[in-house]
Amino acid sequence: MATRDQHPPAPPTALTTPATPAKPATPATPTPRLTRLRLLLASGAAALGLTAALTTPLNPAPPPAQADDSATTLTVAVAQSVDSLSPFLAVRLVSTSIHRLMYDYLTNYDAKDNTAIPGFATAWEPSPDKLTWTYTIRDDSQWSDGKQATAADAAWTFQTMMDDEGAATANGSFVSNFKKVSAPSPDKLVVELKKPQATMAALDVPILPQHIWEGIDDFTKFNNDKKFPIVGNGPFILTDYKVDSFVKLKANKDFWRGAPAFDELVFRYYKDQDAAVAALRKGEVSFVSGQPALTPAQAKSLKQADNIAVNEGPGRRFFALAVNPGARTKDGEEFGDGHPALLDQNVRHALFHAVDRETIVDKVFQGHAVEGAGYIPPRFSDYFWEPSPQQKIAYDPKRAATLLDKAGYRVDGQGKRVGEDGKPLDLRILCHATDPNDKAIGKYLQEWWGELGIGLKVDCRDDVSKPWYDGEYDLAFDGWSVNPDPDFVLSIHTCDALPTKAKSSAATDNFICDTRYDELYRQQLAEYDPAKRADLVKRMESRLYDLGYMNVMAYPNAVEAYRTDHIKSITTMPEDAGNIYGQDGYWSWWSAVPATTDGGGQDGKSGSSGDSGNTGLVVGLTAVAALVAVGGALFALRRRTTREDRE
Amino acid sequence: MTVELTKSGGGPGSLGPPPPPPPSSSGGSGHQASQAPRIPHGYHGYLRYVAGKLAGAAISLLAVLVTSFFLFRMIPGDPVKQMTGGRQMSTEQIESLRRQFGLDQPLWQQFTDYCASALTGDFGTSFQFRAPVIDKITEALPATLLLTGTAFVLYTLIGIWIGSRAAWRRGRFGDRFHTAFALTLYSVPSFWLGLLLIVTLSVGVGPLPGLFPTGGMESGGGESGFAYVLDVAHHLTLPVITLVAVEYARTLLVMRSSLLDEMGGDYLTTARAKGLRDDLVRRRHAVPNALLPTVTLLFVNLGNTVAGAILVETVFSWPGLGGLFYQALSVPDLPLVQALFVLFAASVILMNTLADLVYPLLDPRVSR
Repeated sequence: MATRDQHPPAPPTALTTPATPAKPATPATPTPRLTRLRLLLASGAAALGLTAALTTPLNPAPPPAQADDSATTLTVAVAQSVDSLSPFLAVRLVSTSIHRLMYDYLTNYDAKDNTAIPGFATAWEPSPDKLTWTYTIRDDSQWSDGKQATAADAAWTFQTMMDDEGAATANGSFVSNFKKVSAPSPDKLVVELKKPQATMAALDVPILPQHIWEGIDDFTKFNNDKKFPIVGNGPFILTDYKVDSFVKLKANKDFWRGAPAFDELVFRYYKDQDAAVAALRKGEVSFVSGQPALTPAQAKSLKQADNIAVNEGPGRRFFALAVNPGARTKDGEEFGDGHPALLDQNVRHALFHAVDRETIVDKVFQGHAVEGAGYIPPRFSDYFWEPSPQQKIAYDPKRAATLLDKAGYRVDGQGKRVGEDGKPLDLRILCHATDPNDKAIGKYLQEWWGELGIGLKVDCRDDVSKPWYDGEYDLAFDGWSVNPDPDFVLSIHTCDALPTKAKSSAATDNFICDTRYDELYRQQLAEYDPAKRADLVKRMESRLYDLGYMNVMAYPNAVEAYRTDHIKSITTMPEDAGNIYGQDGYWSWWSAVPATTDGGGQDGKSGSSGDSGNTGLVVGLTAVAALVAVGGALFALRRRTTREDRE
Repeated sequence: MTVELTKSGGGPGSLGPPPPPPPSSSGGSGHQASQAPRIPHGYHGYLRYVAGKLAGAAISLLAVLVTSFFLFRMIPGDPVKQMTGGRQMSTEQIESLRRQFGLDQPLWQQFTDYCASALTGDFGTSFQFRAPVIDKITEALPATLLLTGTAFVLYTLIGIWIGSRAAWRRGRFGDRFHTAFALTLYSVPSFWLGLLLIVTLSVGVGPLPGLFPTGGMESGGGESGFAYVLDVAHHLTLPVITLVAVEYARTLLVMRSSLLDEMGGDYLTTARAKGLRDDLVRRRHAVPNALLPTVTLLFVNLGNTVAGAILVETVFSWPGLGGLFYQALSVPDLPLVQALFVLFAASVILMNTLADLVYPLLDPRVSR
């Protein structure tokens, strides 16, 4: 649907302008003595003083660094602003990734294959009636203030989300099927459900320390960003945060899975991706992820740079064409203005037959993507499904033409496809104005579908959510980040996700409602046997593919880069080939090993703080000296002219 | 007089409110800057003039308060949909968000609530950051003022300095060179110039080492006291250079053209006839008379400094108001975007009113 990966669109900064000569402007002769000019100077100085004065009291100097000189720091460039550091409120990728580092979750996902593995819970088991889950909580996890973390903390976290509307803001959907949560002993957490739910090993909810959080009155106003260090039990402890400047964490040496190898982890803000890449080249940061990926040009130039490794792995997103199947509410009230021709499966399949996915991967993604097939990306191997050769809607313009003929859309004298009512087949596709891929693929679609005689208007909007929820589109570019547990991305195509009221927001992606699909969805949610559940999920994907309301064109790769002279090794997810930033777990930063100092005299720790601090001092002092010199010169000149004028 | 450069308000790289009117805020009619406001004679006349200007400013401010409520409700986009899009959210959660944001209330109710609290200085809680809007603004305001304020002082001084000299030696190489050079920089997109500076002066090219940080306002290494000031100054250098480079042309050209208007004046011939040095004729006689349009521009620029410079702030990752405004708009985060709009407009109104009040003091002709 509308937003992909919850990334806010980056301000447009295309590098298209021709070069201009840049010479330093050298003012002609110094002139000092005009009264009004002096007034201006004085007021200017006053303004400067004012701004400086304004700056100082509100920006108290950060607390002195706790880390000694031998400490290793891993610096990661990020662009997205933190929405909140409270796990009850945070929805953005940057914040939820940081929460993974600060707090333990009941379970984690194996870096190898995304299967659920122990986290705060060491084991979990459903009752025979499938309605009660019992988690065994580990006894070797301590909060960073020294208190033992127990099942009571977990019970309190879930219970608060069930009872308090504010606490349910971000993750309420995880507890909507919970009937009762209790902690009969420090190592036992019991959750009773209303209905069976297979996703109980995939509760992505940070467990919070009850003794710290229970005193808070209003969870909608508590951002957890005032008292540092923030008490947690994850692999890192958040020690400092300054809005849009940095987030600092230090390694939790007592973490039960083992301490991270780096002593400190810093997320530094680079709002512009080119600037972040420059910072990586310089060594100011150790890692750049790009949002959501480095551009092909950036990746290419970084590949040639020294001491920089470009990591490319399968991403967790799919990039698809969504078709409007006729928007309607749960009660069947129709709304929106989707093209009626698209209700014919032959027309939809004809459109997809005319999409050359290979060209899209090669030309638009420039090779940094994998050709689309089933709904769930191949990275999640347990659930990945591909159509058989007979089932596949492959690139075949001839077949597309035949299907359109069969559906009653014949070519007229001008080469346009015309329906039986005599109207030409003209479609619209909704595109994100902030996404260059949407626009580029839109051009290709216009060409391919134009050859079939179908008109296409590419309707690019800054905010697609209004026409999207109103059902006022024919086709749309769609994309979702997929979690290790596929339940959520599957649920958004069920009839249950349809809106209750026309044009109001709802969980549905693009108004698909199919009884066979829904039946399979219900079965997989109640199926506790992983293999059987995976089989059901694949059957759902097959059904979705055949329906032709959703067609995946590509799985964009994660393209990231890091400095090999800062980071010796780092775990990707999946381990063989995967991503580093935005993993389902803390593997990357927890596993990262600092490069040692023996290689070529390069500084083993992150080059950022140490030497640029000294350079800063030198340059800063030079700047001050220059200022004093210029001021002195001006003063001397003034004296001179005064003397001359006295004559 | 003729102002050669009519592009006022948001210059390259500055995202501000719509181009501000010249300093006759209450009237709003774009009268030429050199035509000084007509002021009745006498002390009481001046007081009446001041009262009129202040009342006008207050009315403008009220109008801005009201406009900002409706303006951002007209842009497409539903904050709740935008914020929850792409995420697992139950219908109850979405409805709860609407309630928390007060969006379930009828529009008139929202409007009266907004007016009541805005008049007491309370602009509500940011949708996306869950913090009081005032806190978010005071967090980012100093950074913006430091950046745009420093740049303002520098480009104003440089512009006046070069502009007055260029006019005095009109047509000579210095004039042609500086005017062309300034105009070239003026035409350069600020983010592009910023990126060039990052690539050359931050990362370093060839033998040139990286001298400045690539972005941010501080290293965050725990510096304090003077070291912290130096650290911030170090980070400030490149963004200020970028802003000054693209902005100083405006002051330069206004100064140059208004001085050119004065050049034919008989009083200058008289001054020369008295045997004054050419430099003195310029500084003591010509420039003071030509300064008024520049002062106008100065106040307009000063009003805009608060709005920040979104592109430069982005390229240099400067944690200021420009970036905050962009983030607020993209949701739209109504309380935040409303408050920022009011703040930006208020600073322009305030500066224009100040300009109106300062005019008679600056130019004795006005008050006579």
